[in-house]
This record gives sequence, structure tokens and C-alpha cells, in this order.
Amino acid sequence: MSSELAEPGLLDYAQRAPRRPAPLDPAVDQLEIPLETRVSMYETQHVLRQMEKRAHDLFLQNLVKGTSHLSLGMEAVATGFAAAMRPDDYTFATYRGHAHTMARGAPLGPVLAELLGRSNGLLAGKGGSMHLTSVEHGMMGSYAIIGAHLCIANGAAWSAQMRQSGQVAVAFFGDGTTNIGAFHEALNLAVVWDLPVVFVCENNLYMEYTPIDLVTAVPNPAADRAAAYGLERIIVDGNDADAVHVEAKRTVERARAGEGPSLVEALTYRHGGHSRADPGKYRPADEIEAWMERDPIPTYHQRLLRLGVEEGRLASIQQDVARRVDEATEFAKAGEVPGGDLLLTDVWADGGWSWRN
Amino acid sequence: MAELSYREAVAYGIAQEMRRDPSLVMLGEDIAGAGGVFKTTVGLLDEFGPLRVRDTPISEQAILGAAMGAAMTGVPVIAEIMFSDFLAVCWDIVANEIAKTRYMTAGQVSLPLVIRTANGGGSRFGAQHSQSVENWCMMIPGLKVVAPSTPADVVGLMAAAVRDPDPVVMFEHKSLMANKGEIPEGEHVEELGTARVLREGSDCTIVALALMVPRAMTAAERLADEHGISAEVIDLRTLVPLDTKAILESVSKTSRLFTVEENPQLCGWGAEIASLVANEAFWDLDGPVVRITTPHIPLPAAESLEDMAIPSADRIVSEVSAALD
Repeated sequence: MSSELAEPGLLDYAQRAPRRPAPLDPAVDQLEIPLETRVSMYETQHVLRQMEKRAHDLFLQNLVKGTSHLSLGMEAVATGFAAAMRPDDYTFATYRGHAHTMARGAPLGPVLAELLGRSNGLLAGKGGSMHLTSVEHGMMGSYAIIGAHLCIANGAAWSAQMRQSGQVAVAFFGDGTTNIGAFHEALNLAVVWDLPVVFVCENNLYMEYTPIDLVTAVPNPAADRAAAYGLERIIVDGNDADAVHVEAKRTVERARAGEGPSLVEALTYRHGGHSRADPGKYRPADEIEAWMERDPIPTYHQRLLRLGVEEGRLASIQQDVARRVDEATEFAKAGEVPGGDLLLTDVWADGGWSWRN
Repeated sequence: MAELSYREAVAYGIAQEMRRDPSLVMLGEDIAGAGGVFKTTVGLLDEFGPLRVRDTPISEQAILGAAMGAAMTGVPVIAEIMFSDFLAVCWDIVANEIAKTRYMTAGQVSLPLVIRTANGGGSRFGAQHSQSVENWCMMIPGLKVVAPSTPADVVGLMAAAVRDPDPVVMFEHKSLMANKGEIPEGEHVEELGTARVLREGSDCTIVALALMVPRAMTAAERLADEHGISAEVIDLRTLVPLDTKAILESVSKTSRLFTVEENPQLCGWGAEIASLVANEAFWDLDGPVVRITTPHIPLPAAESLEDMAIPSADRIVSEVSAALD
């Protein structure tokens, strides 16, 4: 690895050999997932896809300020897990958290309004794209500095364990997170304390702008570390909501049954760059092409047709989602720009910010 | 009234709160089986059991992450970071996560948690186990900061910190651990953000915190005896929220202000107080504000050097008497 990094020519990552997705597993069609769950996951994936596209459009219109990190192409992971979770389970996400927030049911208008920095946003404009949170939907936060939230998810799981509430915490993170200390601290404590937590690595092959394999000691950054903590090595097709869902159900229910934590590595791919400023040109063209052919949404569409869902029903779901996204956009655009009345609120539990008498 | 040492008062104060609130838990390195490396948690495992008093691996991020996650889901927590210097290895969770989450989420998330940590010098532990880092926490919006100087305040401020719905960092001073003091009978709860005037005086105000409080008191006695100077001594007790009224009222009476700070000079808490007084009580002052601090150096290990670095009663007497001469 280090010798490859030392070759200057190979630092043009776009010239590297492509890392292609595994072919779609035909056996997934036969998995025991109720058809209505599948239709619901189809809808969720469309919500995530169309909302992220809208966020991108609004950015191009200069309405989304700051930065944003889209999950375009990665919708199957958030969808498959959300469909396996109880309404009172806990989600912890990274700055790439729009999809996870919406998949748990947070309202679309306030999500877009938050990206636009409006007072009707999910966080009244105070958190922004990287911190989407909706406690009432079990979405306990998006954490923008990688690593910490795995430790925080442990705490929510510890709390559930102490309260014997049967809740499970699920922490989503990227491949890059597997190389920070907090990842390892969190896994160790989760195992030692037998916590009801599932750690889900969304391995999209790039830690920001750098191929993950060039900076990681093992080929599968999460799964290959599982053994160090006595955990099962789990790799799942992150571009197939059904494959994700089955593994999500298994690991979440394991945790709920008191059988401890799991570490899941979902292989997926960003359609775009790391953040809004990044066109993602460090990736080989044929690699992008191969992954676009495994786009989770058209492949899922085809599966549902094979399973007997009518095209008309799927079209009507798409249209309904499009209408909801338009409504969310109008809601967001109509929001007020936050004023001084919000600036100094909610530092403390008393609602204020005072540090003195 | 029971007489307890400062270290005993820590366990006493925690036990008072754990008896009151059966949901309160604690975690940290060596706190359960070993009773804490400073013996501040002795007896808690026996009384409250291993599910409420939990030993952790040496994983400060895991400790504070667990505290935060539990607190945000309804379980109040006391987390111990063994030495305050170690806050640096979990500073992301302190400064970026715990401090900011309520604000970032527009009040959706509450974090009723206390981070206890052994702070300060005098133990000859060298530069990485002796620092006074209360000013690190003071400068982060969203953290409350407490540093008791007496056993009674350990109990009362611990209770206040635990009952506060916001995150509180409580600095327990290593060199005060053996000090003894009376603890009031019954439940003892102090109020955050209240300083205490320990000694009334008319010639100058000396503001101190934690270990610097007994030294300022000793210095005040000697200033009176040896120099005829009447010094008022204020124990700040809490840096955030800051009892600015107590400081401003005292300065309006004495017209001179001295801060005695164990933290290194730059951006020490006394700088904020000097700024406050310059802004709001400038015309009350008869002379410059004088900050008596540890010089801006890493702390040395050797006894002789560490004693020279940290403000002593001698140094306070000499700097105050020289300034008022």
C-alpha cells in the first residue's frame, strides 16, 4: 500500500483500476420480505433520491448555503435499516445524514428548510445540513466530526439496556471512520458491555477524496476489523435495500434480544462527490459507470416488477413522492430567515445563553 | 455536622445524589472496584452495585460518548475523567458534541451529565498530569464549570451539578484531597454561579479558585498581620455561570483587584475577570488589575520547580503588598 502511495503517477486516483460492484444476487428476490414492506422501501428510496436531488438543485440555485453531503446512490442502506427498526429505536448518523433523518420519518419540509437556513427548519436554522436531528422520530443526531457518534450511540444503547426498554441504537458511518480511534473505543466498549447497538459502515470506497483501500490496513475497512472485537464478519450489498433489510432485521433483533452488538459493512457508492464542492473526478470513469448500472433504485424497480407489482402502482408512488418533494420545497422557501430572537436561545436548558448574573 | 476530607466528600456527595435519584449512574476508569485512583469513589460500588457504578476501559471518548448518549436518552450520568489533562483525548466529545448539541438541535436534546475530573498541580506529576485546565472548559459555550475548594462545597456543588439539566464539568483539585472540613447535616445543595466572600476586607479584592483559595486566605491573614492590608477574599466556586455581581460589588468597595490563578497566564480565567472589571467597574479602580498566575510554561515535575511555578501564599503576599505599596 505505502509503495503504491509513493508512486506519484498513481496519486491520480482516476487512473487506478476500477473497483466494481458485485453483481446483483438473484436469490434476494426470494428472500422472505413481505411485499408491502418492499413497496414501502421502494417509496422510501424514492423520497431519499428525489429529496437529495432537490437539495442539489436548490444548491445550484444558491438557496442551500454552506456545505451538504448527499446520499445519492446510497439510499438502500438507510432504507433497509429504517424499515427494520422500531419507531422508538435510535439512529445516529454522520454529516451525510439527510437520508437517515428522512428514512426515520422526519418531515420533508422542515428538512429542506433546514438546508435553506430557515426558521421553519428542523433545527430552526441553527444546525444546518450536517446536524439534522429529530428526536421525536428516534433520529438522535447527525454528527459532523467522524467517530464520536459511535461512542454516543453506545450511550443510548446503554441507557436502553439499563431501562430495559428493548430499544436498539444504530450508528451509521462511512468507511473513513474506521480509521479513527473512537471507532475502536466504541466497538470495544459495546462488546464488553454487551450493548444493544448496531454499527453500520456505509463503505462507498472513498474517504472524502481518497480511495479507502490506499489508507487502510485491510481490504474491508469495517468487516476485517470485526474479528478484533470478537464480532462476526458481515458484508452486505449496500445497493440492495432487501439485502440490507434482511441483515438489518437480523442484527437489530439480535441486539434487542440482548445478544449484543454487530458491525455491518454495506458496500455502496456515491453518485456524486464527497460534498457539494466536489465533482468526484478522482474516481475512474468505468468504475462510476459500473456502479451507476447497479443504482439501487432502478434495480429495485425491476425486482418489484418481477415480484408482480404493477408498473402503474410504482409510477403513482413516484408521482406522489414528486408532489411531496415539491410541497416540501414550497414549505422551505416560504420559511422566514431566522432572526435575532433565535440567535441567543437554547444554549442552556432554561432556553437562554447567559453565562453571568 | 460530620468532618470529612475533600476526597471523602466526593463519594459522600455522589452517594447523596445516587440515593435521591435511582436513575443516576456513573462510569469511569478504576472508579468501581478500585474506588478511584484518588480514592474519591470508595464505597460507591458496594452501595449502588456494578450496574450503577461502572468501570470502563481506558477509552475517554467511549466514556464521555456513553455519558452523552445515556444523558440524551433520559439517564443522568456522572462520568469521571481520571486526570483533567486527559480531557484533551476526548475534547471532541466535550467541546464539539456535549457543549453544542442543545443549541444545534434548537433545544431538542438535553444533556443532564456531570464530568468529574482531577485537576491541578502540587503532586509532582509533571506536565501531563498536573495542569489546571478549567479555562479550557470556560471558553466553550454550552459548558458549566465548577471547581470547589472545600469538602462542603464538593458536596453542595456536586449536588447542584447533578441536578442541573445542562452539562457541568466539575474540577476536583488533587492537592485539596486531604483537606478536612465540616459537612452540613442532611441534604446539602449549593447553587451554581454563586461565589462566596470568605473574608471581608477594604483595601483590595483577591479572587481565587480551588487550591488558590486556601493560599489566598493564608496570604490575606499575612497581609493583615505583616502589612496592615485588609484583603477581601472571594472563592469563585463556579466559572460558568460567573458570579459577576460578587466581583463587581467587592471591587466597588475595595477599588483594587487581584486574581490568583493556577492556570498558565494566557487566556486564564482571570483575564476574563480583568476584562469584566475594566469594562464595568473601571472608575471604581484605584490601580491596575494584577493577575497572579502560573507563568506561561508547561508545569515542571521537580518539587522545587513546581512550587516556584504555581502561585504560593508568599507570592500572593509579595505581589499584593508591592502593588499596594
